[in-house]
Amino acid sequence: MIVSLLIIGLFLLLTLWLGISARKGKDMDLEQWAVGGRGFGTIFVFVLLAGETYTTFTFLGGSGAAYGTGGPALFILVYGSLANIIGYWVLPRIWKYAKEKQLVSQPDYFVSKYNSKGLGLLVTVVSVAALIPYLVMQFKGLGIIVSEASYGAISPTVSVWVSMVTLVIYVMISGIHSSARTAVIKDIMILGIVLFLGIYLPIHYYGGFQDMFQGIESAKPGFLMLDSEGNSPSWFISTVVLLSLGFYMYPHTFSSLYSSKSAHALRKNVSIMPLYALVIVFVFFVGFAAILQVPGLKGENVDLALFRLSLQTFDPWVIGLIGAAGLLTALVPGSMMLMATSTLIAKNIYKVFAHSADDQKVSKVARSLVPFVGLAAVWFTLYGTSTIASLIIVGSSLITQLTPSVLLALPKRPILTAQGSFSGIVTGVIIVSYLTLTGTTIGSLFPSLPQVVKDINIGLIALIINVIVSLSVSFIQKAAMAKTKTKKTYGVS
Amino acid sequence: MKKIYFLVLIPISFIIGTPIFANKVTPYILGMPFFMFFVCLSMILTSLTLLTINKFTVETKGEDSK
Repeated sequence: MIVSLLIIGLFLLLTLWLGISARKGKDMDLEQWAVGGRGFGTIFVFVLLAGETYTTFTFLGGSGAAYGTGGPALFILVYGSLANIIGYWVLPRIWKYAKEKQLVSQPDYFVSKYNSKGLGLLVTVVSVAALIPYLVMQFKGLGIIVSEASYGAISPTVSVWVSMVTLVIYVMISGIHSSARTAVIKDIMILGIVLFLGIYLPIHYYGGFQDMFQGIESAKPGFLMLDSEGNSPSWFISTVVLLSLGFYMYPHTFSSLYSSKSAHALRKNVSIMPLYALVIVFVFFVGFAAILQVPGLKGENVDLALFRLSLQTFDPWVIGLIGAAGLLTALVPGSMMLMATSTLIAKNIYKVFAHSADDQKVSKVARSLVPFVGLAAVWFTLYGTSTIASLIIVGSSLITQLTPSVLLALPKRPILTAQGSFSGIVTGVIIVSYLTLTGTTIGSLFPSLPQVVKDINIGLIALIINVIVSLSVSFIQKAAMAKTKTKKTYGVS
Repeated sequence: MKKIYFLVLIPISFIIGTPIFANKVTPYILGMPFFMFFVCLSMILTSLTLLTINKFTVETKGEDSK
């Protein structure tokens, strides 16, 4: 037990040291702090984008989903690929525009494109609302990792506090530079650990991959494919499409894409990303291996599958390394999200109301907000236990509501008007919150529809209504404006 | 719109087609269930296609190098 904790502790110190030393020789203005001075090449941007993409959710949630739901859980692998395809064409265009206009945060894009500060405020609020549950998720994951790896000696509560303090210190000191450095270590660690576990465990317990899957198939027939109702092919496809559309919309994703030094680096990144995502397959192998070895985990406990199987297989020092890798998968995205949230509040809420504040002042405010955001996340982590699962779903459906406004603003002159985008986002957010909180599905709304339609992810419907509202408001407004214009010209002549 | 961009239809059709046409456990391919293998295959195809497109567009254009 002491050995495993010692290893985790060492990695925590290393993380902290890297974060602090990253600051040396850099002049930290807001652009430097938040988007790394737009000087990161392919590799750093890659680890940043990968770092926040492959989080605790993948490490614990991926194995947990394989353990709990089997075949349908594979959507976690697929939606990233579709998102990368979309990103290949979309990200470079956002990056070019952002560089031209010196944008720092994600709402900046909306403010600048639509020339509307009000829209910027709305986007900020939606983004912060969508980010908090993700931050909470990281802290929750940390709680599980450290308490499992300490064989229960450290309570999840204590480990959440320790991680929060570490995170706050290094984010406050060095911003995105610390994330990039730590992300490199994290990626090497996670790659090694996941490959090892995913290959060793199936062979150790079953003699081979196919033997393992045959064992699962005979114990639970059909578990390794999609269901004919519920988690069916139409559910799978619609979920993949929905999630891929929201994939790049998070504020911290925008920060990493701004930090790239060229559009080329971005294209290269998204091209390699699906191959990198294949690593998650090995996380799934671990989850599948756990099905027959540590049966009986139910509900949110499925997330413990990876650790429970490892605990009964390995010595404490291996558990320590697994714990350390898990710690990093939570800290890297956690720091990105923490920073993105503070930069958002400082730049896109505080600055809007305090016109006189210069960049230095905004940067100071952003930094001093970090501990408060951290505290808020810890508070939600410790006191919001039962609602987190629903918050996560709301979070990702919320952020997807920004997608139409981002995509339709890509042409030189945005297709939507500010008011159109505003009403679309508001409508989408209201519908999605209502649907998620009441647990409505298409099947429960229209029970007579064929099963194929009933299984479609209802988030897609909210998104479609969002698009319809944004487009109609914009067109009506544009038509009205055109009318007054022609009237005016007639009046002059 | 470049012609080479249409290559992207390959991975997209695999991503959408896999849950419809490859939704079964047997036969096992490379030790994996049939469905899981095709999921992995569509990911690999995504990368290969994007890398190919990237190679050709950058060579012909050479834009945005800074």
